[in-house]
Amino acid sequence: MFSSPGMVPERMHLAQKIFSMEEAVSRFIEDGDSVAMGTALEAAIPFGLGHEIIRQEKRDLTLIGPISDMLFDQLIGSGCVRKVVAAWVGNVIMGVGYNIRRAVETGVPRKIEIEDHTNFTISLALCAGAMGIPFIPTKSLLGTGMMEGKHPFKEMECPFTGERLALVPALKPDVAVVHAQRADEDGNTHFWGGSGVTKEAALAARKVIVVVEEVVDQRVIRRDPNRTLIPGFLVNAVVPEPWGAHPSAVQGYYNRDHEKYTDYHHESRERKGYLQWLDAWVLRVKNRRDYLRRLGEEKMKSLLVKRHRKSIPVDYGY
Amino acid sequence: MNRFWSLELGDWNLNYLRMVQCGLTRPSSQEEAALKGDYTLQELMVVAGSREIRDDDVVFVGMRLPLLAFQLAKATHAPRAIGIFENGILRDRPAREALYTMGDAPNIEGAIWTTSMLDIMSLLQGGRVSLGFIGGAEVDRFGNLNTTYVGGRENVQVRLPGSGGGSDIASLSKRFVIIMNHEKRRFVTRVTYVTSPGFGDGGNWREKNGLRGGGPCAVITTKGIFRFEPGTKEMILDSIHPGIPVKEILENTGWNLKLAREMKETEPPARSELGIIRKYDPGGFWTRGD
Repeated sequence: MFSSPGMVPERMHLAQKIFSMEEAVSRFIEDGDSVAMGTALEAAIPFGLGHEIIRQEKRDLTLIGPISDMLFDQLIGSGCVRKVVAAWVGNVIMGVGYNIRRAVETGVPRKIEIEDHTNFTISLALCAGAMGIPFIPTKSLLGTGMMEGKHPFKEMECPFTGERLALVPALKPDVAVVHAQRADEDGNTHFWGGSGVTKEAALAARKVIVVVEEVVDQRVIRRDPNRTLIPGFLVNAVVPEPWGAHPSAVQGYYNRDHEKYTDYHHESRERKGYLQWLDAWVLRVKNRRDYLRRLGEEKMKSLLVKRHRKSIPVDYGY
Repeated sequence: MNRFWSLELGDWNLNYLRMVQCGLTRPSSQEEAALKGDYTLQELMVVAGSREIRDDDVVFVGMRLPLLAFQLAKATHAPRAIGIFENGILRDRPAREALYTMGDAPNIEGAIWTTSMLDIMSLLQGGRVSLGFIGGAEVDRFGNLNTTYVGGRENVQVRLPGSGGGSDIASLSKRFVIIMNHEKRRFVTRVTYVTSPGFGDGGNWREKNGLRGGGPCAVITTKGIFRFEPGTKEMILDSIHPGIPVKEILENTGWNLKLAREMKETEPPARSELGIIRKYDPGGFWTRGD
C-alpha cells in the first residue's frame, strides 16, 4: 500500500479509519514489521493490541520501545519476535522478565536479536526518523558496552567544537501503536500525562494505529488542540477499545493493576507456567470484552478513578 | 480573575513549604533516632539516599528506593528540590499517594509539567540535572554498573533488563548515587559489561572518553555507604551501617577495598523519617519485603 517509507500515504485522511482490534491488527501489522509500542513507558501500554498480535500469530516482528513493562516479554514468550530494539525489557516493579531471559539465554521459544539502547537514544533515534534526518549526535553512550561489539551507533569528532560525540541512527518503525484517552474518527488524538516517546514514534512511523478509550466528536478535539499529540492525517486506524491498556494505567480512566504484574512475575517463572498464563489470558480469550468478563466487575471497580481532578478550561477565543 | 487565582495558589504553596520546614526537620539529637530493629535496611538506605539530596537539587528520580528517598527529602530538609521522571513528568511536590511506577496516575496529578522523554533527557544533557539515582545489579571498583549482561555480552549467563535511563543519568548528570544490595557476586573488580559508566578504569577516564557528567558520588548498599577517592576515583568505604562489622563488608567485596581515613557509622533514621517513608510505602512493598 505504501511503497516507500516517508511517502505521504495516499489521501489517508479521507479513508474510513475506525476498525475493530481484530481488523486493525490483521490489516496493518504484517509478519516481519518493526512495531513501536509502549511508548509512554509504564502508562497506556497497548496490551489489548499486543494480545491480538499473539492470537493472530504474527511472526518475526522487531519490537521498538524505550522501556517495556511486561508486554514485550509476553510477545517474546509467544514466539512473535525476531528482534528487540529497546533500552529496557522486563517487569518494572518485579525486575526481570523471564521470557526475554529464556529467549536470550537458551533460545526458548526462539533465539532473538537484541539491539541495546538507552532511553535517550531511543528518543533520539525516533526523533531523527520523525525529522527525516539520518542521525542525531549525543553525549550519552560514550564509553559504554552499547558502543562495543555489534551495534548501530558511530562516533565522531564534532566539526564545530572538536568534542567526542556518539551518533544515533534514525529509526523509522513500520508501525507505531499508541494507546490514548480519546481520538475523533479521523484519528486526531488527545493524550494527557507523561507521553514518553509517543509523538516521536508516531511521527517517524510509516503506519499509525491509535487505540482509544473513547471516540469523540471532532469538536472535542478542536476545542483543545494543545492536547492533541498526533494529528489524524498520520493515523491509519482508530480502534475504540475501553480498558485496552489494562493492567497499565490510563490517566483519567483507570489505575494500574499492580497485582497483575506481581502475579505474572511468579506465573511466568517457568516456561510451563507462562504457557498456562498465555492460554488463560490470551489464547482462550476471544476479545477485550471477554477479557474484561474474566477480569471481573469488582476488580474493574477497584481500579476506577476515585479522586477526579478536572483541569480548568482555557479560552481559545479571539 | 485568572491572575488572582494563581496568586492564591502561590501563597498556599509558600505556606505549605513553611509548614514542612517547621514541622519536619532532620533529627537534632540521638533521642529522636529510631533504635536498631525498629527499621529495615531498606528504610535505612532510603534515609541515606534522602540525605544525598540538597534543597537546590534537580533530581532525576527513578523508581523504588530512590523515589522514596526523594519523597522523604522533599518532606524534610529539601522542600525546594525538583524531581523529574523520564516518562515526561516534573514535580515539585511529592505525589499524594504511594507509587509503584513513575507512570502511576497519582504521579501525574499535581505535577508542574507533563511532557515527553525527549524534553526530560534534554534537561539532563543540557546540564540542568544536578543529581541522579541508579540501581545496579553489578558494580565495580570504579563505580561502573552492569544491568544488562551478567557474564558479558558474548557469554551471557543472565540477561538483565538493560539500561533504561540509567546509562544516560550516569553519563550526563552532574553527580549520581548508586543504590543496590551488597553481595560478593555484585561487587566485582571489573564489570564484564558497562551499562552505566562510573569512572571507567579510574583517574581521568571520564574526561578522556568525552563524558560530561561528574560521575558517581556515593554507593549506598545494604551494608554501608561508599564514596570515591579524589584522583584515583577508586571506591572507598566511608560509612558502615549500625551493627555491620567491617569484616563482613570486606568479605563481600570482590577487590581489596580501601577504607576512609575517618570511618563513620551511618546515622540511623529518625522516627519522623520512618513515619514519612511508611506513608509512601504503606504496604512495605519496597522497604519491608523479603
